[in-house]
Amino acid sequence: MNYLIIRRLSTQPKLAQIPKRWKSVVGLEVHAQISSASKLFSGSGTHFGSALNTSVAYFDASIPGTLPVLNRKCVESGIKTALALGCQVNEVSMFDRKHYFYADLPNGYQITQQRAALANNGKMTFPVITPGKKVYYKSVQLLQLQLEQDSGKSLHDEQLKRSLVDLNRAGLPLMELVFAPDLETGEEAASLVKELMLILRRLQTCSCKMEEGALRVDANISIHQEGDPLGVRTEVKNIGSVRSISQAITFEIHRQLEAVAQGGVITNETRSWDAEHRRTVAMRDKEVLQDYRFMPEPNLPPLHLNLKPGSKSTEDLVSVAALSEEIPELPEDTRQRLMEQYQLNAETAIILVNEPILLDYFLKISKDLSDVPTKVTSNFLINDLLTYCNKSNLDIEDCSITDSDLKNIVKGLHSEQINLQAARQLIQLLHTNPTAKVNELIKQHSLEQICDLETIEALCQQAISNQPKAVLQYHKGKTKALFAIVGEVAKISGQKANMKSVVECLEKMLKAAKK
Amino acid sequence: MRRHLQWSIKQLTSSYADGQLSPRRVTEQALEDSVNLKTLNAFVRLTPEEARQQAQQSEQRYQKKQPSSGLDGVTIAIKDNFCTENVHTTCASRMLQDFVPPYDATVCSRLRQAGAVLLGKTNMDQFAMGAGTVDSIYGPTKNIWSEDLTQNNWRIAGGSSGGSASAVAAGLCFAGIGSDTGGSTRNPASYCGVVGLKPTYGLVSRHGLIPLVNSMDVPGILARSVSDCVEVLNAVAGPDGKDSTTIRQPFTKLQLPEVDGLDLQTVRIGIPKEYHCNGLSAEVLETWTKVADLLECAGASVQQVSLPNTAASIFVYSILNQCEVASNMARYDGIEFGHRAADERSTEQLYAQSRAEGFNDVVKTRILTGNFLLLRKNYDHYFEKALRVRRLIAEDFLKVFEAPSKEDRVDILLTPTTLTEAPLYKDFSSLSNRDQCAVQDFCTQPANMAGIPAVSIPIRLSRSGLPLSLQLMSRSLNEQLLLSVARWIEAQVAFDSLDHRLEQKLS
Repeated sequence: MNYLIIRRLSTQPKLAQIPKRWKSVVGLEVHAQISSASKLFSGSGTHFGSALNTSVAYFDASIPGTLPVLNRKCVESGIKTALALGCQVNEVSMFDRKHYFYADLPNGYQITQQRAALANNGKMTFPVITPGKKVYYKSVQLLQLQLEQDSGKSLHDEQLKRSLVDLNRAGLPLMELVFAPDLETGEEAASLVKELMLILRRLQTCSCKMEEGALRVDANISIHQEGDPLGVRTEVKNIGSVRSISQAITFEIHRQLEAVAQGGVITNETRSWDAEHRRTVAMRDKEVLQDYRFMPEPNLPPLHLNLKPGSKSTEDLVSVAALSEEIPELPEDTRQRLMEQYQLNAETAIILVNEPILLDYFLKISKDLSDVPTKVTSNFLINDLLTYCNKSNLDIEDCSITDSDLKNIVKGLHSEQINLQAARQLIQLLHTNPTAKVNELIKQHSLEQICDLETIEALCQQAISNQPKAVLQYHKGKTKALFAIVGEVAKISGQKANMKSVVECLEKMLKAAKK
Repeated sequence: MRRHLQWSIKQLTSSYADGQLSPRRVTEQALEDSVNLKTLNAFVRLTPEEARQQAQQSEQRYQKKQPSSGLDGVTIAIKDNFCTENVHTTCASRMLQDFVPPYDATVCSRLRQAGAVLLGKTNMDQFAMGAGTVDSIYGPTKNIWSEDLTQNNWRIAGGSSGGSASAVAAGLCFAGIGSDTGGSTRNPASYCGVVGLKPTYGLVSRHGLIPLVNSMDVPGILARSVSDCVEVLNAVAGPDGKDSTTIRQPFTKLQLPEVDGLDLQTVRIGIPKEYHCNGLSAEVLETWTKVADLLECAGASVQQVSLPNTAASIFVYSILNQCEVASNMARYDGIEFGHRAADERSTEQLYAQSRAEGFNDVVKTRILTGNFLLLRKNYDHYFEKALRVRRLIAEDFLKVFEAPSKEDRVDILLTPTTLTEAPLYKDFSSLSNRDQCAVQDFCTQPANMAGIPAVSIPIRLSRSGLPLSLQLMSRSLNEQLLLSVARWIEAQVAFDSLDHRLEQKLS
């Protein structure tokens, strides 16, 4: 995003007065909880919403004498994610202790990877969707992917002046992904996170449920003038939804621009996103000057991986090559495949990939109904099914229509047995009555399209006499008036007439009448 | 004096097997003696009920002729920094005075599985930070060899595993479990006239050992003979899924050859000149020379070698120790377990007060120093540098153990364990903890830096009637040869660990 400089009184030499443009710079750090049955270094469970302090091994509570044992599954998930993001996976990585005192950090340190992370130097390329603008692709560098443990949760009772600690989350496995500050806007950041979520879900390495804290995003934001070094950055922590990412960053960029315009300075601080009032607020932060006193974790030997091509995993050594074979098709590959193999346009491909269930329906229907043009199917799924769900405030996952029902509707549409209106009605009927059969519903609610030419002629005749004004306008050359007459046919046929035939028939009849 | 105390563990268990003695009788006697010898302050807590139950079960196994192992019914004392399920584990610190672990350390569970009778928990320096067993909330442990136990004229037991060493020396148990970070097992073994083994790092699981320095800690074994040490080692050593730093290859139980079966002609002994250091007493030097001669006369090749970085070792040890201590002690905040102060005005206040009350000055000093050394601005200059020198020290050992030419290569290093006989408490306690450790750990901590096995064996009595001991070291996982040579020396010098005429002193 570029902003024209707002200059105040200047006493500087002329050369410097050439207005420069403001640039905003955004970098993200993402904490993704690794989907795994047990914690990163202990055997306790990871189920979200367990009763307080019930998923806590002795190690998680830092009981003296307990030692960390690295969870192999988490290492494998980390490697898969790193590979999918084009990282260089390191043959040897190490764990470190990061020290700070907090009641929900039982050890007084977090085990993380600071000096030698699991993977580095990845890259993500993703479509940026901004409402009202053309889709474009953006690339961002992934500097580091590291494994680390989560902390517990503190619950503060303000009235009783007491703090309670829940250690269920303590020790849960996290991947921290540190991205380079290659982004400029909130929309780009939100698009990056969306793409990341798609990838992690495909890999099944993270549930990406932001509402459960399974994916947490911190954003570093600064502004500077073109050609100048980067400005002082602020960090907005723990943004709770994809929508908030875009909003929080956009707000923060504007806040900084405004502050500078008013002669203020940006201070390096941590801010949080207040979703209710849609603003970032400075956190009272004591950790700004914190020295984490990093130290190698002496209880975990260095993590060695087998990087040899064609190698297999053994009990002692995980093979990166073997894991690379388990990586499924990634979202961008799917988009390309949709465009090439199914002749869809980029926007359609993007929407389908963003909604994995829709994509699944699309692929199934296209496979079973090979004679139906893919556009009919994709249009129906996106314009009708998705729209219905959005309007009804329904997650597409929660819509109870089966793929075979959808297939039958598309089939009916293609064979002109039903029209679009009937299809929409069927979606509604099926959602409220999932056991019903499409064909029975068509009969029961007489949704069959009227294709019989004589009936259509009669309906058109009726409409012409109902709409003399429109007919007159049409004859005067206002061809758009035809829609009013078409609409009339739709109305008197109970939305059941075949519109293609109606238009043909009306044009023929009106031309004949003019003569 | 009980006659069976003179026996080896092997003799004891065979007397159980033929019904001559019973685990119950031996246990009862041990419990009784422990109470009578309270003045030594070896135990901080006896667990008579559990011990009696274990002894009874052991007896039943012998009756069925199904003993669990060569340790079945053998009385063992555990240092109070090993977690014992449902039995207080205090590290001799106020911080853990009321801490009852919900689980057993691997060493303890393996001993139980082997049928051993665990008598109780032994005294130590607070969190094992010391070399005298003088910094304990339960008071100091006295050396049973002291000329005078009743006046303020007694000798220290050494430390930090002084309680276990003292219990073994007094005949209260057949073996003691200690821990060894810089010499904490070998040092009290040396002063108390018993055998103290520090196995190769990673050979015995640290799971359940409350850490001092994770990268150097090893469970240690104290016993009255090398063979007894082997019996205990065979029960506790081997990989453990709960400790990622244990050596993964399966452990083959040691079987020492008969004393006469050891061919010393094939053994090359190194005498590192750097261990001939300031403060080494004439008597220890004399002992060292005598044993070197003994080995040479028996056909072993004995040569002087150099470990050039030895003098730096104690400083590096001190830095790494304090850094890990600062980190390891961070968990003691009074939230999940341990001492919690009454001050709950704020979380920070609660931490500060709990830690101020829970730790002694030694622990606090190390925490403060360690945190200072780990600061971003100091890390490279101290911690990182110390790690580099640590590698040099480890390489020193590798160079002599794995020298390319056979002439330069040695199998065993022979050195003093401590520089003198056991000091008087009043002399020792006049020094700072820092100075105490700098002297006491000089010969012992290099083995911890390199992770190699080392054993201290008593050789003879000093003119004051106090034990003088020597240390043997070898390359990693070479316990078999290390202990074979130790046993050979043991047989030649015929030191009697129980010859302290305790009854006379007490009467």
